Amino acid sequence: MMVADLYALVGVVLFVMGLSALILRSRDLQRILGLNIMGTGVFMLLVTSAHGDGQAADPVPHAMVLTGIVVAVSATAFALALSLARERHK
Amino acid sequence: MPKLIKRCLPVLVGAGAVALGALIAAAWVRTQENGGAMTRAVLEALPDSGVSNPVTAVLLNFRGFDTLLEVAVLMLTLIAVWALDLRLPRTEALPPSPVFSSLLRFSGPLLVVIAGYLLWVGASEPGGAFQAGAVLAGGCLLLRLAGRWNPGARFVRWAVSVGLLVFLLTAIAMPGLTGGLLQYPPASAGMWILLIETAATVSIAAILAALFVAREPEGPRR
Amino acid sequence: MIEWWVDALVGLMMLWLAWQALTSPDLLRAVAMFVTFGLLVAIAWIRLGAPDVAIAEAAIGAGLTGALLLITIRRMEDQRNSGSLEKRRAKAD
Repeated sequence: MMVADLYALVGVVLFVMGLSALILRSRDLQRILGLNIMGTGVFMLLVTSAHGDGQAADPVPHAMVLTGIVVAVSATAFALALSLARERHK
Repeated sequence: MPKLIKRCLPVLVGAGAVALGALIAAAWVRTQENGGAMTRAVLEALPDSGVSNPVTAVLLNFRGFDTLLEVAVLMLTLIAVWALDLRLPRTEALPPSPVFSSLLRFSGPLLVVIAGYLLWVGASEPGGAFQAGAVLAGGCLLLRLAGRWNPGARFVRWAVSVGLLVFLLTAIAMPGLTGGLLQYPPASAGMWILLIETAATVSIAAILAALFVAREPEGPRR
Repeated sequence: MIEWWVDALVGLMMLWLAWQALTSPDLLRAVAMFVTFGLLVAIAWIRLGAPDVAIAEAAIGAGLTGALLLITIRRMEDQRNSGSLEKRRAKAD
């Protein structure tokens, strides 16, 4: 249980760090990085909740995190395109 | 007044962050009391799913609709990026260099083979459509950076939509075979999953590469 | 017994890299830290028994997201340069 607990703590800190960056940073790219790190924190919490402690791991949260990673990259791509469009129209 | 808030904001956010973190950690400890609930159910149903990798079984069989919607979300993102109509000034091609061309010659075919392997082995070992699609997208982008990949609009549109098309058609065809939407007949489930995964790999690679390029491709659309 | 400090090291490096990525004034450095962070996250997935997620994180989370961020930085610089060129042309007219 120690491994999962450690990474869960890391996940919580990552989520909170990403959220703070989203609020505090001024540039678009830094906020998008914060969003991605928030997502990684959430995925960490999901996967550590699925940790089997030496036995088989619960595969449903793994599948959810896989989906989440793909959706996160497409959201990042769209956010970056939006920030490019915004720069153009300034 | 606003200036005072602006100066205190990092401290406020920091305090709020610590509070939120403690809250989430407490909630996580609570959920640990009944964790791993689905493990046994999935492992018991695994032999009927057509594959032996439990994550692939969950993605393509037990929660197949989620994956269908995910492919649709990917396509939607690409359409949204195209709709932004970014007029990007220059191409992504790098200046020609011997290091890059030898890297390309070495890793281009290797990436295609690795993608095919990941797709095939996803049935029994870690792997699957998303991983294979991402590796394939990496290969396509390497070619694009070399200036040797410039497909026309028709190819890109077909490549992007084939995954969702095959997935949807399979889902709709299933009631004729077994009576349930996206319910594979247990004998041939592995074949159906491989078919869907192959089309999905092509689409995921095309969509990820097209998201990088961000410009709508030129040429005739049909 | 040897394993707990590997996880502690990976966890600490993840936190440090994330901090660096979010607080670097230089965007290029921030993206480089973020890509390295993604690779460490992939190692964390392996330690947690999720190899499928690890492959996807390395390819998509670190690789593709890094590529997207870098090309956007270049495009933003291009837009800024070409925008100032147009402004100079407009001023000259």
